[in-house]
Amino acid sequence: MKNFELIKQGAEAKLYQGTYLGKPAIAKQRFAKKYRHPSLDSSLTKERITAENRALIRCKIAGIRTPAVYAVNLAENTIYMEHVLHSKTAKDLIEDYSRSNDHSRLQEFFYHIGKTVGKLHENNIIHGDLTSSNILVVSKHNPQTLENCNPSDLIIVPIDFGLSRIQSSAEDKGVDLYVLERALISTHSLAEESFEHFLSGYQAQYTNGSKEVLHKYDEIKLRGRKRVLIGI
Amino acid sequence: MVIALGFEGSANKLGIGVIKNGKVLSNCRRTYITPPGEGFLPKETAQHHRENVLIVLKEALEESQVKPEDIDVICYTKGPGMGAPLATVAVVARTVARLWNKPILGVNHCIGHIEMGRLITGANNPTVLYVSGGNTQVIAYARKKYRIFGETIDIAVGNCLDRFARVIKISNDPSPGYNIEQLAKKGSKLVQLPYCVKGMDVSFSGILSFMEEKTEQLLKEGYTPEDLCFSLQETIFAMLIETTERALAHCNSNEVLIVGGVGCNLRLQEMMGIMCNERNARLFATDERFCIDNGIMIAHAGAEMFAAGVRTKWQDSFITQRYRTDEVETVWRTD
Repeated sequence: MKNFELIKQGAEAKLYQGTYLGKPAIAKQRFAKKYRHPSLDSSLTKERITAENRALIRCKIAGIRTPAVYAVNLAENTIYMEHVLHSKTAKDLIEDYSRSNDHSRLQEFFYHIGKTVGKLHENNIIHGDLTSSNILVVSKHNPQTLENCNPSDLIIVPIDFGLSRIQSSAEDKGVDLYVLERALISTHSLAEESFEHFLSGYQAQYTNGSKEVLHKYDEIKLRGRKRVLIGI
Repeated sequence: MVIALGFEGSANKLGIGVIKNGKVLSNCRRTYITPPGEGFLPKETAQHHRENVLIVLKEALEESQVKPEDIDVICYTKGPGMGAPLATVAVVARTVARLWNKPILGVNHCIGHIEMGRLITGANNPTVLYVSGGNTQVIAYARKKYRIFGETIDIAVGNCLDRFARVIKISNDPSPGYNIEQLAKKGSKLVQLPYCVKGMDVSFSGILSFMEEKTEQLLKEGYTPEDLCFSLQETIFAMLIETTERALAHCNSNEVLIVGGVGCNLRLQEMMGIMCNERNARLFATDERFCIDNGIMIAHAGAEMFAAGVRTKWQDSFITQRYRTDEVETVWRTD
């Protein structure tokens, strides 16, 4: 990792910025979690690097915008991938819209996130950790700026596929939606009222399977309410 | 100045305590302990509480040296918890409230844990890991509510530990979790167990089934009960720390508070401490007096609510087995 510079330390990985064969790149290095037993830690790390790669590649095949994978170094637990420039997290964008009380753009944005997640699920990619921090946005037309962008001018770029799986079951897809819903509601004040727009985007994209998934999702939500207590 | 009397009995602990302006005057407790291999059931637990509640109440009042007429509010656990034990204790709380002509206040059990943890440790706005026999939640405060970021999608972590203790028949005295913790200190060989994290949620039922099915065989293969306790703790605690860390990162928080009965496990605290150190976050934890269910936490949360003007109408002073942390509006918090 010559000439790479640390830009962010996440919960599981350090992100370094640099160039790979002349292209702006990110090196994502998973580090050992010292609180975990070493053998548990190394098997989880390997598992997650593999999962992340597999999902990123599958996304590319499916035509979902994700960072391109340039190289993987399993000895260093590092993935070299495209640096998605001029991006912003969905979390920040939602907060921008919320601050300016821009309900209609917020709802439209949720609709587009729904379409992207629908596309992931259409291709049996379960993200496993969907939150507004794990979704980036870039502009379609003017790559330099995201100011005053309409949601329809945005490309949605899901990232952080470490917990992902390739799985066709409605149960796993339903859990994916449920995880996202809860992450959104607990982070953003206006998310609750806008989540239906996410779901309509999801349905619009994922025409042949969303019905079953949403049915499961309703079931899972109900399960959530019940789980307040004890199973003796 | 609020003097509050708190009643707790949502599971196998019966606790009564008196608090005066954040100062603990008394914190008395009895635990219903079952024989090895058995868990506590609602009927017998309620019976235990019935038999002890007046004794503990007397003890709590005597120790605090507070006279009934000085008390401002009677607080009791409204839920969540086991129906029969909750009801038993609530009846007593209602009776003394009538007897002494005091207002009554129903308190959410989980909120009690969080507020008590904040009081004892001085944590200001922590990300909370609430781990006990009935609950497993990662909680962060936002917009007047304690919001659940992650939780178990099936059984609670303490339930998983308790039921594993029954599998290998270790004592429930003082608690199965404590005995697992002691055995785990002597374990060294790690058995690979299912590791189940879904986003910020965790699942323990698969691990428990695995243990229930494989324990006999693993013991034959040369693993000791100590190794199994060690492996179980290492695996499920790693899951908890991982989800807590994720919530911490997502909320940009730099404080972690562990509450609930499993929270007094020193290995869990140690692992959380390592994680916090790596992130320059601070860890706050308490010991068994306040981690394990107690009456004082109900009194304290109740006192905070009372001071902020919350009142429970007489006809609403019921109990409920299902009462989520995020249902309560935290009117007493001003941030």
